Amino acid sequence: MTDQTHAQTVLTTQDGVPLKVSISRALRRQKLRSVLLVAPLFLFILISFVLPIADMLFRSVENPLVPGTLPNTVVALQVWDENSGEMPPEEVFAALAADLKVAVAAKTHTRVGSRLNYENPGIASLFRKTGRRVKRFEEGDYTAQFLKADKKWGDVGVWQTIKQFSSPMTAGYFLAAADAQRTADGVQFKPEDERIYLFLFGRTLILSVTITITCILLGYPIAFLLSSLPLRSSNLLMILVLLPFWTSLLVRTSAWKVLLQQQGVINDTLVWLGIVGDDSRLALINNQTGTIIAMTHILLPFMILPLFSVMKTISPTYMRAAKSMGASDWYAFWRVYFPQTIPGIGAGSILVFILSIGYYITPELVGGTSGIFISNRIAYHISFSLNWGLAAALGVMLLVVVMVLYWLYDRIVGIDNVKLG
Amino acid sequence: MTTERGASVRFDKVQKSYDGETLVVKDLNLDIKHGEFLTMLGPSGSGKTTCLMMLAGFEPASHGEIFLNDRPINNVPPHKRGVGMVFQNYALFPHMSVAENLAFPLQVRSLGKAEQQEKVKHALEMVELGEFGSRRPAQLSGGQQQRVAVARALVFDPDLVLMDEPLGALDKQLREQMQYEIKHIHENLGVTIVYVTHDQTEALTMSDRVAVFNDGVIQQLSSPDALYETPQNSFVAQFIGENNKLSGTVTAINDNICDVRLADGTELKADKVNVNAVGDNTTLSLRPERIEIAAVDSMENRVKGHIEELIYLGDHIRVRMNVAGNPEFIVKVRNRAGEQKLAEGQDIQIGWFASDCKALDPVG
Repeated sequence: MTDQTHAQTVLTTQDGVPLKVSISRALRRQKLRSVLLVAPLFLFILISFVLPIADMLFRSVENPLVPGTLPNTVVALQVWDENSGEMPPEEVFAALAADLKVAVAAKTHTRVGSRLNYENPGIASLFRKTGRRVKRFEEGDYTAQFLKADKKWGDVGVWQTIKQFSSPMTAGYFLAAADAQRTADGVQFKPEDERIYLFLFGRTLILSVTITITCILLGYPIAFLLSSLPLRSSNLLMILVLLPFWTSLLVRTSAWKVLLQQQGVINDTLVWLGIVGDDSRLALINNQTGTIIAMTHILLPFMILPLFSVMKTISPTYMRAAKSMGASDWYAFWRVYFPQTIPGIGAGSILVFILSIGYYITPELVGGTSGIFISNRIAYHISFSLNWGLAAALGVMLLVVVMVLYWLYDRIVGIDNVKLG
Repeated sequence: MTTERGASVRFDKVQKSYDGETLVVKDLNLDIKHGEFLTMLGPSGSGKTTCLMMLAGFEPASHGEIFLNDRPINNVPPHKRGVGMVFQNYALFPHMSVAENLAFPLQVRSLGKAEQQEKVKHALEMVELGEFGSRRPAQLSGGQQQRVAVARALVFDPDLVLMDEPLGALDKQLREQMQYEIKHIHENLGVTIVYVTHDQTEALTMSDRVAVFNDGVIQQLSSPDALYETPQNSFVAQFIGENNKLSGTVTAINDNICDVRLADGTELKADKVNVNAVGDNTTLSLRPERIEIAAVDSMENRVKGHIEELIYLGDHIRVRMNVAGNPEFIVKVRNRAGEQKLAEGQDIQIGWFASDCKALDPVG
């Protein structure tokens, strides 16, 4: 019975080959060709983009240095209770002496020192100093010899730090990125005056929202004008909107420096007009105002373009219909036109917000100290302090914040309401 | 309901130009009566839609005055005119449900919630879409959207409703059905409707009067039957219905009948409509169904024709003939038992009454 139905359902070609097999054979070449066509780009993105980023993000939790360089110490420290307030036993000092001898020979002990120095300043010099002496250490009573080499070995805090970073994975970078640290009482925020990253995250978010809002306020009327003008003039205007894209970002930002500085064009004009006094020139640059002005200008096209493409599709008859039913211009705009442009506002806002939250060069140039973003701090850790783990942790947090906001946006507005054209 | 409800409209010497060089509407004088269904019919670019837009207030008149219920409205903005309008592509607000669309003009007028719901429900029932209130316009078919658009233009009880080619986007069958529905709504409500179309069938089936536009001028303003039976000029004769043209010269005029000699020497008698004097060139207009292949003696005009082509259409047969040098001469022959057999290439005698043949202004 089953055989019979089976035989009926399998369609075969005239040669007796099952039809499905035949179809997939016929389509194989086509599929192979399309795979080959995208393969170069796929490989390029994988090798030059996805893998490096994944590697970088992994650095935010990776901690190979301490367990790799001090393997015996790490094992010995396992029996020591870091919260007891007592010094580690003699075995730990013995293990450290053995590890350090190997490390000094390989010249890796300074690297452990500088890594631990991020967490507990002073450890770098402690390791360097001890490294020079450890070769002359004799068998037995290592505790005393270490203390003789440097009194800091008697500090429980140093040992706590070493133990904290003895596992191959660490949450330390993330704690640092969240302005927290591990203390004897568990994870705690740093003292108020040492917190910097959460404050910077907050400022980045607030400034990005401000920039997005100013972009909407400035871009909406322009997009409306563009969509309602006849083709000839709207094309000209569109070129003016796109013109900044053809100029280097650096040039545009530098131009703002010329315009906004205290002896700059805007201040000079205001003084000349008598609107502000010569002694009370406005501080428009090297602060948040400068960042907001310059970034609004730079990101404005990303708001105008999606708005324009949405507005272009809204037929003028909607407004006419609303007016024929008795709606005043404003009422017709608010009830009929504006709701239809929300997808454009959504698309433009997402673009501008996500671009601005990770912006680096403009805040760096015009932001001063009060107008810099979290990305400037990330760049600092990448190129100056070389604390890549912390930079990676900050990057991951930024990514998570953006994803959460994106998810919230999807929940509230709906991502399918976004229209880019 | 009485016809008193509808508004009256008067165009007084209205002219419209967009560029200051050419007139789109030339000296329009038009009286639309209370409760009338008036259709503006004409080819595209004839100025009919411009007239409608001036009436709705979306285009200002360049000269002249438009009166609504004897009140000049040139300076009244569109939203204060209280005119319902149905647009070609319906212009239903896509972000609102059908019921919200219908409630929009009521909200503008700050009606109470209960009254709004009552009126929306009533309007939806009028167009037989009672259960569709919660749908979005995009979820409706073209015909349903059309009905919603009509309901929306009527829901706030305007005295005047303008319709700008409202059935243009529908297929033929739906279009015919909607024609009757709009006509019935007009009869039931008694509102004044000004309807713009380029479809003559629509104009003829629905209207009380039809204004035929061409070149910014009303060519003829009359009832549908008069438009078809007694066209005032060649444009109207050709635009409305099917029409045979014969060109000739007037040789004599006797009261309402004039003698016309065609280029090949054929002498015909025709109803004098748009010729003034002997010697004038004229175009004779002749409806295909008024020509008989079995000419009776009382017919003033009898000519020989050569059958070029026979097209079988079931209820009638279209016969394309060569008559007096015109190879596009069409005769409609009813498909009846006992009718004489026709064959292509045959020469037959055809005839028609002088009253069915209109002597109009010359064309071409």
